[in-house]
Amino acid sequence: MYPENLYYTKDHEWLKVEGEEAVVGITDFAQKQLGDIIYVDLPQVGKILEAHQTIGTVESVKSVSDVYSPVSGEVIEVNSELSQTPDLINKDPHGQGWIVRLKIKDKSEINNLMKAADYEKYLEGLEH
Amino acid sequence: MKKTRLNAVHKESGARMIEFAGWEMPVEYKGIIDEHLAVRTKAGLFDVSHMGEIFVEGPEALACVQYLTPNDVAKLSPGQVQYTALTTPEGTFVDDMLVYCLSLPDRYLLVVNAANTDKDYAWIKEKSAPFNVQVINRSDEYSQLALQGPLAQEILQPLTDIDLSQMKSFHFAFGKVAGLDCLVSRTGYTGEDGFEIYTLAENPEVIWKAIIKEGTPKGLLPVGLGARDTLRLEARLMLYGNDITDKTTVLEADLKWIIKFQKGDFLGKAALEKQLQEGLKRKLVGFEVVDKGIARPHYPVFIKGEKVSEVCSGTFAPYVKKAIGLVYLPIEYTEIGTEFEIGIRDKKLKAKVVPTPFYKREKK
Repeated sequence: MYPENLYYTKDHEWLKVEGEEAVVGITDFAQKQLGDIIYVDLPQVGKILEAHQTIGTVESVKSVSDVYSPVSGEVIEVNSELSQTPDLINKDPHGQGWIVRLKIKDKSEINNLMKAADYEKYLEGLEH
Repeated sequence: MKKTRLNAVHKESGARMIEFAGWEMPVEYKGIIDEHLAVRTKAGLFDVSHMGEIFVEGPEALACVQYLTPNDVAKLSPGQVQYTALTTPEGTFVDDMLVYCLSLPDRYLLVVNAANTDKDYAWIKEKSAPFNVQVINRSDEYSQLALQGPLAQEILQPLTDIDLSQMKSFHFAFGKVAGLDCLVSRTGYTGEDGFEIYTLAENPEVIWKAIIKEGTPKGLLPVGLGARDTLRLEARLMLYGNDITDKTTVLEADLKWIIKFQKGDFLGKAALEKQLQEGLKRKLVGFEVVDKGIARPHYPVFIKGEKVSEVCSGTFAPYVKKAIGLVYLPIEYTEIGTEFEIGIRDKKLKAKVVPTPFYKREKK
């Protein structure tokens, strides 16, 4: 069920590579764990991120979760629609619920991420 | 982990389960916001079988419960319920609870918080020693369902032989629900009209399923502990461990209305009288976050840059659609409209004291 064109992290972010850029969001598993999302704290455009650095936070009614950058790069766009309709992340986590677009610093870092099949196996491990 | 008799039903319904106070409980089914709004506008059904049921029985039961609690239990006739507390000699909380008068003056049911049941039982056992009473913890035998919301009566009436139209708030009766023997009270923890249904039956899923069947066409949803918390906070109902503890007094919690000083002696009376005379140094108040962000329990609270307190309860409130919470503030900062700051991660957000409850249902 997890799109094969995305890369995944153990912290349940996804990364979609588009040339030298990449889109980042949180996975369907992550949004289900959080429940109804009501607030997303987005970074400033231009922010330079190291891999694993906090991009922002996603808050549901009950909990708060940091979102970490899967790779190093510069924030070149944020999904400003999330300010008004944060539940886009619940409705379409791998699509309209994207969080930021990055200019990737070092494409070799992508090799550290999981493919869909590996991520699904990883989730199975968490559920048992 | 303990399981309620409805555990399998929750899992069949697709509930997300969590551990709470040693119990495996549903935290949400469809989603906290939908469940919350269903209770405010239609109805919701909760499994709250984790709650504790402790009986105090014997010739001196009334005198014993009077001594353990600040409210005036003598005002209850059989069939009536009262919100009160178990207090320490310091006037702080062992727990908050409902007292049901089953028989005057010799049989009372105390409904206490799941996380505190064992502690409360031990406390009551110890403090009741001078009285001619028996204290019996029947928490594991009882299942408890809560049906809450404006359509609660309409949904429950076809399933019970109790005339609900004759049952006033904070009253109860015995009868059948879906063919099983129950105690039904017009009480709840949501700020809505509704009922709490207690049964010793081994198969309470019969009641659960009957209410779901009757209620679903009317918009009823099963509701988990997630929305139970947001509902109770909107209605400014206390959560033990967050808002009231053995470090906070009944007066500081702004629950003076449950203290009846004139009723005679009770645990904590002298301490509470003294505190009343000397004046409170701090008080629990409701707040709204003015800036964008949500305050959560234990977030630091600042006045003029100095940390003075921590958030007790704090959440996004789905019906009033605001970030709300409760906090103990120094008494000079408890006026409505007083502004202060809450540390949320690396920022300090502006908040202000507001009137409570945050939500109050319109009486028909």
